[in-house]
Amino acid sequence: MIELQDLTVRYGDTVAVDHLSLTLPTGKIYGLLGRNGSGKTSLLSVLASYRKATSGSITVDGVDPFENAGVMRQTSFIRDTLDVNGADRIAKVLDFAARLRQGWDAAYAARLLEMFELDPRKRVSSLSRGQRSSLGVVLGLAARSQLTILDEVYLGMDAVARTAFYRELLADYLDRPRTIILSTHLIEEVADLFEQVIIIDRGRLVLHEEADELRGRGVTVTGPAAAVDAFVAGRTVLGDQHLGGVRAATVYGRLAPDEVQRAQGAGLALGPVGIQDLFVHLTSTPAAGPRPQEALR
Amino acid sequence: MFDDRSPIYLQIADGIKDDVLSGVLKEDEQVMSTNQYAAFYQINPATAAKGFSTLVDEGVLYKKRGIGMFVSPDARAKLLDGRRQRFFAEVVDPMLAEARMIGIGVDEIVAHLGERK
Repeated sequence: MIELQDLTVRYGDTVAVDHLSLTLPTGKIYGLLGRNGSGKTSLLSVLASYRKATSGSITVDGVDPFENAGVMRQTSFIRDTLDVNGADRIAKVLDFAARLRQGWDAAYAARLLEMFELDPRKRVSSLSRGQRSSLGVVLGLAARSQLTILDEVYLGMDAVARTAFYRELLADYLDRPRTIILSTHLIEEVADLFEQVIIIDRGRLVLHEEADELRGRGVTVTGPAAAVDAFVAGRTVLGDQHLGGVRAATVYGRLAPDEVQRAQGAGLALGPVGIQDLFVHLTSTPAAGPRPQEALR
Repeated sequence: MFDDRSPIYLQIADGIKDDVLSGVLKEDEQVMSTNQYAAFYQINPATAAKGFSTLVDEGVLYKKRGIGMFVSPDARAKLLDGRRQRFFAEVVDPMLAEARMIGIGVDEIVAHLGERK
Protein backbone atom coordinates (compact mmCIF):
# COMPACT_ATOMS: atom_id res chain seq x y z
CA MET A 1 0.00 0.00 0.00
CA ILE A 2 1.17 3.50 -0.84
CA GLU A 3 0.20 6.35 1.45
CA LEU A 4 0.62 10.03 0.73
CA GLN A 5 0.00 12.46 3.54
CA ASP A 6 -0.38 16.16 2.93
CA LEU A 7 2.18 15.98 0.15
CA THR A 8 3.44 19.24 -1.34
CA VAL A 9 5.97 19.78 -4.14
CA ARG A 10 7.09 23.34 -4.75
CA TYR A 11 9.48 24.76 -7.34
CA GLY A 12 10.35 28.22 -6.11
CA ASP A 13 7.03 30.07 -6.07
CA THR A 14 5.25 27.43 -8.13
CA VAL A 15 3.20 24.87 -6.24
CA ALA A 16 3.05 21.72 -8.39
CA VAL A 17 1.47 19.40 -5.81
CA ASP A 18 -0.65 21.05 -3.16
CA HIS A 19 -1.28 19.25 0.17
CA LEU A 20 -2.35 16.03 -1.47
CA SER A 21 -3.32 12.94 0.54
CA LEU A 22 -3.97 9.60 -1.11
CA THR A 23 -4.08 5.92 -0.16
CA LEU A 24 -3.39 3.40 -2.90
CA PRO A 25 -3.89 -0.27 -2.01
CA THR A 26 -1.49 -2.71 -3.67
CA GLY A 27 -2.23 -4.61 -6.86
CA LYS A 28 -4.61 -2.37 -8.75
CA ILE A 29 -4.42 -0.53 -12.07
CA TYR A 30 -4.80 3.19 -11.42
CA GLY A 31 -5.54 5.90 -13.94
CA LEU A 32 -4.05 9.28 -13.06
CA LEU A 33 -5.83 12.02 -14.97
CA GLY A 34 -5.05 15.70 -15.04
CA ARG A 35 -4.53 18.49 -17.52
CA ASN A 36 -1.11 19.64 -18.65
CA GLY A 37 0.62 21.33 -15.74
CA SER A 38 -1.78 19.86 -13.19
CA GLY A 39 1.11 18.25 -11.27
CA LYS A 40 0.84 14.68 -12.58
CA THR A 41 4.53 14.21 -13.36
CA SER A 42 5.62 15.88 -10.10
CA LEU A 43 3.32 13.57 -8.16
CA LEU A 44 4.55 10.50 -10.06
CA SER A 45 8.17 11.54 -9.52
CA VAL A 46 7.58 11.51 -5.76
CA LEU A 47 5.73 8.18 -5.99
CA ALA A 48 8.75 6.75 -7.82
CA SER A 49 11.17 8.47 -5.39
CA TYR A 50 12.81 10.36 -8.24
CA ARG A 51 12.42 13.44 -6.10
CA LYS A 52 11.69 14.33 -2.50
CA ALA A 53 8.52 16.18 -1.60
CA THR A 54 8.88 19.72 -0.24
CA SER A 55 6.68 18.73 2.69
CA GLY A 56 4.35 15.92 3.68
CA SER A 57 5.13 12.24 3.63
CA ILE A 58 5.02 9.15 1.44
CA THR A 59 5.30 5.54 2.54
CA VAL A 60 5.37 2.39 0.44
CA ASP A 61 4.31 -0.61 2.53
CA GLY A 62 5.01 1.45 5.61
CA VAL A 63 8.53 2.65 4.77
CA ASP A 64 9.92 5.82 3.21
CA PRO A 65 10.91 4.73 -0.30
CA PHE A 66 13.41 7.54 -0.92
CA GLU A 67 16.88 6.04 -1.50
CA ASN A 68 15.57 2.76 -0.14
CA ALA A 69 17.23 0.11 -2.32
CA GLY A 70 14.71 -2.60 -1.50
CA VAL A 71 11.73 -0.49 -2.61
CA MET A 72 13.51 1.07 -5.57
CA ARG A 73 14.48 -2.30 -7.05
CA GLN A 74 10.76 -3.00 -7.22
CA THR A 75 9.82 0.38 -8.71
CA SER A 76 9.79 1.29 -12.41
CA PHE A 77 9.06 4.80 -13.57
CA ILE A 78 8.79 5.31 -17.31
CA ARG A 79 8.52 8.91 -18.40
CA ASP A 80 8.92 10.99 -21.50
CA THR A 81 12.73 11.23 -21.22
CA LEU A 82 13.13 7.42 -20.88
CA ASP A 83 16.21 8.09 -18.72
CA VAL A 84 18.49 6.11 -21.05
CA ASN A 85 21.62 7.00 -22.99
CA GLY A 86 20.60 8.07 -26.50
CA ALA A 87 23.85 6.78 -28.01
CA ASP A 88 23.18 3.24 -26.77
CA ARG A 89 21.63 0.53 -28.88
CA ILE A 90 18.32 -0.93 -27.69
CA ALA A 91 20.00 -4.26 -26.86
CA LYS A 92 22.37 -2.50 -24.47
CA VAL A 93 19.55 -0.52 -22.85
CA LEU A 94 17.72 -3.81 -22.18
CA ASP A 95 20.88 -5.47 -20.79
CA PHE A 96 21.26 -2.57 -18.40
CA ALA A 97 17.63 -2.81 -17.31
CA ALA A 98 18.09 -6.56 -16.74
CA ARG A 99 20.93 -5.87 -14.32
CA LEU A 100 18.93 -3.27 -12.37
CA ARG A 101 15.58 -5.07 -12.22
CA GLN A 102 15.39 -8.29 -10.27
CA GLY A 103 12.09 -9.22 -11.90
CA TRP A 104 13.31 -8.54 -15.47
CA ASP A 105 12.01 -11.06 -18.00
CA ALA A 106 14.37 -11.05 -21.00
CA ALA A 107 12.23 -13.43 -23.06
CA TYR A 108 9.18 -11.24 -22.50
CA ALA A 109 11.20 -8.14 -23.45
CA ALA A 110 12.26 -9.84 -26.69
CA ARG A 111 8.66 -10.73 -27.47
CA LEU A 112 7.54 -7.14 -26.84
CA LEU A 113 10.33 -5.78 -29.08
CA GLU A 114 9.10 -8.00 -31.86
CA MET A 115 5.51 -6.98 -31.27
CA PHE A 116 6.40 -3.28 -31.53
CA GLU A 117 8.74 -4.02 -34.45
CA LEU A 118 11.74 -2.55 -32.65
CA ASP A 119 15.17 -3.58 -33.95
CA PRO A 120 17.49 -4.21 -30.94
CA ARG A 121 20.48 -3.07 -33.00
CA LYS A 122 19.07 0.43 -33.41
CA ARG A 123 20.38 3.31 -31.34
CA VAL A 124 17.87 5.06 -29.08
CA SER A 125 18.72 8.42 -30.69
CA SER A 126 17.60 7.12 -34.10
CA LEU A 127 14.12 6.10 -32.94
CA SER A 128 10.97 7.96 -33.91
CA ARG A 129 8.79 9.47 -31.18
CA GLY A 130 6.42 6.49 -31.31
CA GLN A 131 9.28 3.96 -31.28
CA ARG A 132 10.79 5.65 -28.22
CA SER A 133 7.43 5.35 -26.50
CA SER A 134 7.23 1.68 -27.46
CA LEU A 135 10.69 1.14 -25.96
CA GLY A 136 9.39 2.79 -22.79
CA VAL A 137 6.52 0.29 -22.70
CA VAL A 138 9.00 -2.60 -23.13
CA LEU A 139 11.15 -1.27 -20.26
CA GLY A 140 8.11 -0.71 -18.06
CA LEU A 141 6.37 -4.04 -18.61
CA ALA A 142 9.35 -6.42 -18.84
CA ALA A 143 10.72 -5.11 -15.51
CA ARG A 144 7.65 -6.65 -13.86
CA SER A 145 8.12 -4.24 -10.94
CA GLN A 146 5.73 -4.36 -8.00
CA LEU A 147 5.16 -0.65 -8.58
CA THR A 148 5.05 0.24 -12.28
CA ILE A 149 4.47 3.88 -13.16
CA LEU A 150 3.86 4.79 -16.79
CA ASP A 151 3.69 8.53 -17.41
CA GLU A 152 2.00 9.21 -20.75
CA VAL A 153 3.96 6.42 -22.39
CA TYR A 154 1.76 6.38 -25.48
CA LEU A 155 3.05 9.67 -26.97
CA GLY A 156 3.55 9.37 -30.71
CA MET A 157 2.34 5.77 -30.80
CA ASP A 158 -0.19 5.11 -33.54
CA ALA A 159 -3.58 3.54 -32.80
CA VAL A 160 -2.32 0.03 -33.64
CA ALA A 161 0.66 0.29 -31.29
CA ARG A 162 -1.49 1.77 -28.53
CA THR A 163 -4.03 -1.03 -28.84
CA ALA A 164 -1.19 -3.57 -28.65
CA PHE A 165 0.12 -1.79 -25.55
CA TYR A 166 -3.26 -1.84 -23.76
CA ARG A 167 -3.80 -5.53 -24.61
CA GLU A 168 -0.33 -6.45 -23.40
CA LEU A 169 -0.66 -4.39 -20.23
CA LEU A 170 -3.90 -6.12 -19.27
CA ALA A 171 -2.71 -9.60 -20.25
CA ASP A 172 0.47 -9.25 -18.22
CA TYR A 173 -1.39 -7.75 -15.27
CA LEU A 174 -3.84 -10.68 -15.31
CA ASP A 175 -0.86 -13.07 -15.19
CA ARG A 176 1.08 -11.09 -12.60
CA PRO A 177 -1.08 -8.64 -10.65
CA ARG A 178 0.90 -5.66 -9.41
CA THR A 179 0.40 -1.96 -8.82
CA ILE A 180 0.31 -0.08 -12.10
CA ILE A 181 -0.21 3.67 -12.32
CA LEU A 182 -0.93 5.05 -15.75
CA SER A 183 -1.17 8.75 -16.45
CA THR A 184 -3.00 9.64 -19.61
CA HIS A 185 -5.02 12.13 -21.63
CA LEU A 186 -6.54 9.44 -23.83
CA ILE A 187 -9.08 8.54 -21.19
CA GLU A 188 -11.71 6.96 -23.41
CA GLU A 189 -9.19 4.46 -24.79
CA VAL A 190 -8.08 3.06 -21.46
CA ALA A 191 -10.84 3.84 -18.97
CA ASP A 192 -12.09 0.23 -19.04
CA LEU A 193 -8.69 -1.00 -17.82
CA PHE A 194 -8.61 1.15 -14.69
CA GLU A 195 -9.80 -0.14 -11.36
CA GLN A 196 -9.55 3.30 -9.79
CA VAL A 197 -9.29 6.79 -11.20
CA ILE A 198 -7.46 9.69 -9.60
CA ILE A 199 -8.14 13.15 -10.99
CA ILE A 200 -5.90 16.03 -9.99
CA ASP A 201 -6.19 19.67 -10.93
CA ARG A 202 -3.79 22.47 -10.05
CA GLY A 203 -1.90 20.12 -7.75
CA ARG A 204 -4.97 19.15 -5.77
CA LEU A 205 -6.95 15.98 -5.57
CA VAL A 206 -10.32 16.39 -7.30
CA LEU A 207 -11.53 12.82 -7.14
CA HIS A 208 -10.33 9.30 -6.28
CA GLU A 209 -12.93 6.65 -7.08
CA GLU A 210 -13.63 3.24 -8.54
CA ALA A 211 -13.52 3.87 -12.29
CA ASP A 212 -16.66 1.86 -12.92
CA GLU A 213 -18.61 3.95 -10.42
CA LEU A 214 -18.01 7.03 -12.57
CA ARG A 215 -20.04 5.61 -15.43
CA GLY A 216 -23.52 7.04 -15.17
CA ARG A 217 -22.30 9.46 -12.51
CA GLY A 218 -22.78 12.44 -14.77
CA VAL A 219 -26.00 13.14 -16.65
CA THR A 220 -26.77 15.71 -19.30
CA VAL A 221 -30.26 17.15 -18.91
CA THR A 222 -31.58 18.82 -22.05
CA GLY A 223 -34.89 20.58 -22.65
CA PRO A 224 -36.83 23.86 -22.33
CA ALA A 225 -34.71 26.17 -20.18
CA ALA A 226 -37.39 26.68 -17.50
CA ALA A 227 -37.95 22.93 -17.09
CA VAL A 228 -34.18 22.27 -16.91
CA ASP A 229 -33.78 25.09 -14.38
CA ALA A 230 -36.44 23.54 -12.15
CA PHE A 231 -34.99 20.03 -12.43
CA VAL A 232 -31.35 20.88 -11.76
CA ALA A 233 -32.05 23.29 -8.89
CA GLY A 234 -30.04 22.19 -5.87
CA ARG A 235 -27.78 19.83 -7.87
CA THR A 236 -24.12 20.24 -8.73
CA VAL A 237 -24.06 21.60 -12.27
CA LEU A 238 -20.70 20.96 -13.93
CA GLY A 239 -21.42 22.36 -17.35
CA ASP A 240 -24.02 24.42 -19.13
CA GLN A 241 -25.00 25.18 -22.70
CA HIS A 242 -27.76 27.39 -24.00
CA LEU A 243 -29.23 27.53 -27.49
CA GLY A 244 -32.28 29.71 -27.89
CA GLY A 245 -34.77 28.55 -25.28
CA VAL A 246 -33.05 25.21 -24.82
CA ARG A 247 -30.64 24.48 -21.98
CA ALA A 248 -28.32 21.49 -21.68
CA ALA A 249 -26.96 21.14 -18.15
CA THR A 250 -24.45 18.51 -17.07
CA VAL A 251 -25.17 17.48 -13.50
CA TYR A 252 -23.03 15.40 -11.18
CA GLY A 253 -24.59 12.46 -9.35
CA ARG A 254 -26.56 9.42 -10.34
CA LEU A 255 -30.31 9.90 -10.83
CA ALA A 256 -32.69 7.60 -8.97
CA PRO A 257 -35.33 5.82 -11.10
CA ASP A 258 -38.10 8.15 -9.88
CA GLU A 259 -35.98 11.18 -10.80
CA VAL A 260 -35.49 9.74 -14.29
CA GLN A 261 -39.26 9.37 -14.57
CA ARG A 262 -39.83 12.87 -13.30
CA ALA A 263 -37.35 14.27 -15.86
CA GLN A 264 -38.96 12.36 -18.69
CA GLY A 265 -42.39 13.44 -17.51
CA ALA A 266 -41.22 17.05 -17.70
CA GLY A 267 -40.16 16.54 -21.31
CA LEU A 268 -36.44 16.50 -20.55
CA ALA A 269 -33.93 14.33 -22.42
CA LEU A 270 -31.25 12.59 -20.35
CA GLY A 271 -27.89 11.68 -21.84
CA PRO A 272 -24.92 9.77 -20.42
CA VAL A 273 -21.63 11.50 -19.62
CA GLY A 274 -18.51 9.40 -20.19
CA ILE A 275 -15.47 9.41 -17.93
CA GLN A 276 -13.65 11.59 -20.46
CA ASP A 277 -16.41 14.22 -20.44
CA LEU A 278 -16.70 14.06 -16.68
CA PHE A 279 -12.96 14.70 -16.49
CA VAL A 280 -13.25 17.71 -18.81
CA HIS A 281 -16.07 19.17 -16.72
CA LEU A 282 -14.27 18.55 -13.43
CA THR A 283 -11.02 20.15 -14.53
CA SER A 284 -12.13 23.13 -16.60
CA THR A 285 -12.52 26.42 -14.84
CA PRO A 286 -16.12 27.54 -14.66
CA ALA A 287 -16.83 31.20 -15.39
CA ALA A 288 -18.40 31.65 -11.98
CA GLY A 289 -19.21 29.65 -8.89
CA PRO A 290 -17.10 27.28 -6.88
CA ARG A 291 -14.38 25.20 -8.51
CA PRO A 292 -15.61 21.65 -9.12
CA GLN A 293 -13.53 20.09 -6.37
CA GLU A 294 -15.11 22.43 -3.87
CA ALA A 295 -18.56 21.75 -5.26
CA LEU A 296 -18.07 17.99 -4.88
CA ARG A 297 -17.28 18.16 -1.20
CA MET B 1 -20.06 -3.74 -26.15
CA PHE B 2 -20.33 -1.53 -23.05
CA ASP B 3 -21.57 2.05 -22.86
CA ASP B 4 -21.29 4.94 -20.44
CA ARG B 5 -24.89 4.88 -19.24
CA SER B 6 -24.22 2.68 -16.24
CA PRO B 7 -21.33 0.90 -14.53
CA ILE B 8 -19.87 -1.93 -16.62
CA TYR B 9 -20.39 -4.45 -13.82
CA LEU B 10 -24.15 -3.94 -14.13
CA GLN B 11 -23.97 -4.28 -17.90
CA ILE B 12 -22.02 -7.54 -17.48
CA ALA B 13 -24.62 -8.86 -15.04
CA ASP B 14 -27.47 -7.88 -17.38
CA GLY B 15 -25.75 -9.50 -20.37
CA ILE B 16 -25.32 -12.81 -18.53
CA LYS B 17 -28.93 -12.69 -17.33
CA ASP B 18 -30.07 -12.22 -20.92
CA ASP B 19 -27.95 -15.22 -21.94
CA VAL B 20 -29.56 -17.33 -19.22
CA LEU B 21 -33.06 -16.19 -20.20
CA SER B 22 -32.53 -16.85 -23.88
CA GLY B 23 -30.95 -20.22 -23.19
CA VAL B 24 -27.48 -19.36 -24.56
CA LEU B 25 -26.22 -20.27 -21.06
CA LYS B 26 -27.72 -23.51 -19.75
CA GLU B 27 -28.34 -24.36 -16.11
CA ASP B 28 -25.28 -25.81 -14.37
CA GLU B 29 -23.14 -24.64 -17.28
CA GLN B 30 -19.81 -23.06 -16.36
CA VAL B 31 -19.38 -19.37 -17.20
CA MET B 32 -16.08 -17.73 -18.18
CA SER B 33 -13.63 -16.99 -15.39
CA THR B 34 -13.11 -13.41 -14.26
CA ASN B 35 -9.75 -13.27 -16.00
CA GLN B 36 -11.04 -14.81 -19.22
CA TYR B 37 -13.88 -12.32 -19.21
CA ALA B 38 -11.54 -9.39 -18.52
CA ALA B 39 -9.16 -10.42 -21.31
CA PHE B 40 -11.97 -11.05 -23.78
CA TYR B 41 -13.74 -7.73 -23.21
CA GLN B 42 -10.55 -5.77 -22.37
CA ILE B 43 -11.75 -4.60 -18.99
CA ASN B 44 -10.26 -4.52 -15.51
CA PRO B 45 -10.69 -7.90 -13.78
CA ALA B 46 -12.07 -6.23 -10.63
CA THR B 47 -14.94 -4.86 -12.74
CA ALA B 48 -15.68 -8.32 -14.14
CA ALA B 49 -15.43 -9.84 -10.66
CA LYS B 50 -17.96 -7.34 -9.33
CA GLY B 51 -20.39 -8.29 -12.10
CA PHE B 52 -20.06 -11.97 -11.26
CA SER B 53 -20.36 -11.46 -7.51
CA THR B 54 -23.55 -9.47 -8.09
CA LEU B 55 -24.95 -12.49 -9.92
CA VAL B 56 -23.85 -14.84 -7.12
CA ASP B 57 -25.59 -12.57 -4.60
CA GLU B 58 -28.75 -12.67 -6.71
CA GLY B 59 -28.59 -16.44 -6.98
CA VAL B 60 -28.13 -16.48 -10.76
CA LEU B 61 -24.66 -18.02 -10.48
CA TYR B 62 -23.08 -20.29 -7.88
CA LYS B 63 -19.45 -20.90 -7.06
CA LYS B 64 -17.62 -24.20 -6.96
CA ARG B 65 -14.50 -23.61 -4.95
CA GLY B 66 -11.37 -23.90 -7.07
CA ILE B 67 -13.29 -24.74 -10.23
CA GLY B 68 -15.29 -21.69 -11.20
CA MET B 69 -18.78 -20.27 -11.48
CA PHE B 70 -21.87 -21.98 -12.84
CA VAL B 71 -25.44 -21.08 -13.72
CA SER B 72 -27.81 -21.89 -10.84
CA PRO B 73 -30.32 -24.66 -11.60
CA ASP B 74 -33.27 -22.35 -10.88
CA ALA B 75 -31.74 -19.21 -12.41
CA ARG B 76 -33.87 -19.13 -15.55
CA ALA B 77 -37.14 -19.69 -13.67
CA LYS B 78 -36.25 -16.96 -11.17
CA LEU B 79 -35.23 -14.47 -13.83
CA LEU B 80 -38.36 -15.19 -15.86
CA ASP B 81 -40.49 -14.59 -12.80
CA GLY B 82 -38.79 -11.26 -12.11
CA ARG B 83 -38.99 -10.11 -15.72
CA ARG B 84 -42.67 -11.08 -15.96
CA GLN B 85 -43.45 -9.02 -12.88
CA ARG B 86 -41.59 -6.05 -14.30
CA PHE B 87 -43.10 -6.44 -17.75
CA PHE B 88 -46.36 -4.70 -16.89
CA ALA B 89 -44.75 -1.96 -14.83
CA GLU B 90 -41.90 -1.25 -17.24
CA VAL B 91 -43.31 -2.08 -20.67
CA VAL B 92 -47.11 -2.04 -20.61
CA ASP B 93 -47.76 0.88 -18.24
CA PRO B 94 -45.51 3.36 -20.10
CA MET B 95 -47.18 2.26 -23.36
CA LEU B 96 -50.61 2.96 -21.88
CA ALA B 97 -49.45 6.35 -20.66
CA GLU B 98 -48.21 7.18 -24.15
CA ALA B 99 -51.48 5.91 -25.67
CA ARG B 100 -53.55 8.05 -23.34
CA MET B 101 -51.47 11.11 -24.17
CA ILE B 102 -52.06 10.75 -27.91
CA GLY B 103 -55.69 9.67 -27.61
CA ILE B 104 -55.49 5.95 -28.35
CA GLY B 105 -58.05 4.04 -26.29
CA VAL B 106 -57.50 0.69 -24.61
CA ASP B 107 -60.11 -0.89 -26.94
CA GLU B 108 -58.09 0.19 -29.94
CA ILE B 109 -54.95 -1.37 -28.45
CA VAL B 110 -56.76 -4.60 -27.65
CA ALA B 111 -58.12 -4.75 -31.21
CA HIS B 112 -54.61 -4.21 -32.56
CA LEU B 113 -53.20 -6.96 -30.36
CA GLY B 114 -56.09 -9.24 -31.33
CA GLU B 115 -54.92 -9.10 -34.95
CA ARG B 116 -51.46 -10.26 -33.85
CA LYS B 117 -52.62 -13.44 -32.14
